[in-house]
Amino acid sequence: MTKRFFDIGKTGLSRRTALKGIAAGAGLMAAPGFVRYSQAQSSAPIKIGFQAHRTGIGAAYGRWYEKTTNAAVKLINDAGGINGRPVEIIVEDDGTDPKRGAEVVAKFASQHKTDIVFGTLFSHVVVGSAPTAGELKIPYYVVSEGYHVASGKLNRWVFQPGITDVRSQVTSVAPWVAANLGKKVTMIYPDYAFGYDHRDYFAPAIKAQGGEVVAQIPIPPTESSFTKYLPQIPADTEVLYHVMVGPGVLTFVKELGEFYGSNKPQLFGFIDSLEAVDINSPGLEFLDGSHFWEGSPRYAQANDSEAQKAYRAAVGIDDNGASTTDAKDVSTAAHMFGCWETLYVIKKAMEDSGYKGPEDRAKLVEATEALTKFKEGPEHPQGDKKFNGKLHQVFGHQNISKVEGGKLNVVHRTSIEDGLYEPEADYTTQPL
Amino acid sequence: MAFFPHLLLATLEGLVTSAVLALTALGLSLVFGVMRIVNVAHGEFFMLGAVLAWAITSAISGNPALGFALALVLSPLIVGAIAWIAERLVLRRIEYNPEATIVATIGLLYIIQQLALTFYGPEARPVTPPFNYRIQLPWFGYSGYKLSIIAASALLLLATWFVLTRTRIGLIMRATQYDRETALAFGIPVGRVYGAVFALGAMLAAIAAVLIVPIQQAHYLMGLDPLLLSFIVVIIGGLGSLRGTVIAALLIGVSDGIISVFFSPTLAKIIATLVVAMVLVFRPQGLFGTATK
Repeated sequence: MTKRFFDIGKTGLSRRTALKGIAAGAGLMAAPGFVRYSQAQSSAPIKIGFQAHRTGIGAAYGRWYEKTTNAAVKLINDAGGINGRPVEIIVEDDGTDPKRGAEVVAKFASQHKTDIVFGTLFSHVVVGSAPTAGELKIPYYVVSEGYHVASGKLNRWVFQPGITDVRSQVTSVAPWVAANLGKKVTMIYPDYAFGYDHRDYFAPAIKAQGGEVVAQIPIPPTESSFTKYLPQIPADTEVLYHVMVGPGVLTFVKELGEFYGSNKPQLFGFIDSLEAVDINSPGLEFLDGSHFWEGSPRYAQANDSEAQKAYRAAVGIDDNGASTTDAKDVSTAAHMFGCWETLYVIKKAMEDSGYKGPEDRAKLVEATEALTKFKEGPEHPQGDKKFNGKLHQVFGHQNISKVEGGKLNVVHRTSIEDGLYEPEADYTTQPL
Repeated sequence: MAFFPHLLLATLEGLVTSAVLALTALGLSLVFGVMRIVNVAHGEFFMLGAVLAWAITSAISGNPALGFALALVLSPLIVGAIAWIAERLVLRRIEYNPEATIVATIGLLYIIQQLALTFYGPEARPVTPPFNYRIQLPWFGYSGYKLSIIAASALLLLATWFVLTRTRIGLIMRATQYDRETALAFGIPVGRVYGAVFALGAMLAAIAAVLIVPIQQAHYLMGLDPLLLSFIVVIIGGLGSLRGTVIAALLIGVSDGIISVFFSPTLAKIIATLVVAMVLVFRPQGLFGTATK
């Protein structure tokens, strides 16, 4: 008996093998997969794949989108998460590149197995990634402001519920521009999709106000010197409408200043040009007295709501819209609120649909489409909004701010109705 | 705008482009001429020069001209030191093998670029020009600083020409370029010459970047354009030829300015690339290059 017992060691099952077996078993039990099945599913986190522009031309935006997202998620988790489950953000860098963007969406769906994908800004990345989201049937919530979502060119899995699209923005500001700045407008815009949204929708909007676009000057997105384009601006231009993105914008404004001196037309720009850039940077004196569109005001305003103040504190920006820890680190305040609001829309839709896991993705899409209104408050600090479930697009208030004394002061706030247009799409007719 | 002022503006813009391009391309050309290697990371030394200029000027308070002058001296020196270290640590070990060097410098490109992103950040940051003087012409205004870039670049090119042709250091460099083995046999420390030339090439790019940064902001991706344009200039001008580089830079810069203003910037790029193709087909050694032995 005893002999036989000791013999086991020699017949194959060595002590080392046995220990390995025990260790493997313990490891299996400790592995996340095992825990998930042994416990109730409800305590596992809801995974949100964040497609972030950490590198590439969108990196400055991407960093602030990440800060805003983290601030909102912390608040959501502190308040009990979504459907009682904590929210976990998984970040993948897309390099602000459409091809990489599509790969990132696929990686979220198949490798990280996230519940949804969220957070993309640059329109070419959204357009490049959306087909993959549609194929893999994973809900894709973008914060991009391009018209591509509402245009109907994407698919049923893509939503933009946190930020108004460019078509609505330009439509809503056109009456104010025509009434206050002038009727003969020259447009300068980047030579790709985002710029074309401005080109295609501002011209008819200003025409409806009795104005006209006298010249359109597209500029390649990689351009670093702009003086050579400036002679194309007609002499009878009353308003110079500029919307530029990328690292060259400061140069653009400076060269405009050198070209015109004090004898300049009225300037109306989209703050996209100067997001993450200090308005008091050397060379930007030329912008003094000019006007900008802002989604959400960069500088704290006298009439800010409590929700707006709480939002700014949570994200960590001071009254000048710069980081509370580094006054030189200027935020992308006009856009990044969209991440915050989108996360709360996702929360609402997940709660409405009783979302449990990836098998409920279709239900989540339908629940998002069923939303109609968002009330101003801690979840929507930028203001109240209307959501069009057929277009997958939200509509909100826009701000027009004047550069005065080194700050941007809001001088006009459009109504939601100012930005409404005839819908061209209905995603709900597409099969899920 | 009438034809003449239009042309004047185009020419001025073209000359500024040429001035900066000539310095950057000269660095690339020098490295190729003497060392027979292609430095793909050249544009990143340019970027590094601009980023350091921002760091130096923002660390110095007071008169912007003081910070700028300091940047003009320090930034190229730091970039030169980094290039020298890279040459000693990497290029020397792979024995300047042409293919391996290309791969190694591509690696260097990404390392420098990502380090800049990590420590400097993704923002485009401005540098205050040493002086703000706007020249009001009858038809349009123009930046006085931009004109000073042209002058500064011309002086630097003259200085480089002087060093290369009239000094002992220049003689040693030319000897190394002409025949490496014989130079070695005559007791020229070819290894040290290589290190110095690689550093000098990077410094020229850095100086060009410091000059341009007050009108173009420092950004971690800004190195790509100068790299491509430098290649174009160097191919057209002839590798290793100072005269060819300067003339090709003028040709590319001014034609880019004029074609961009009167037609479109895209057409200017198309034509520049076409010229490169034609030069490669009909005169592979470049307009002023001598055929390799």
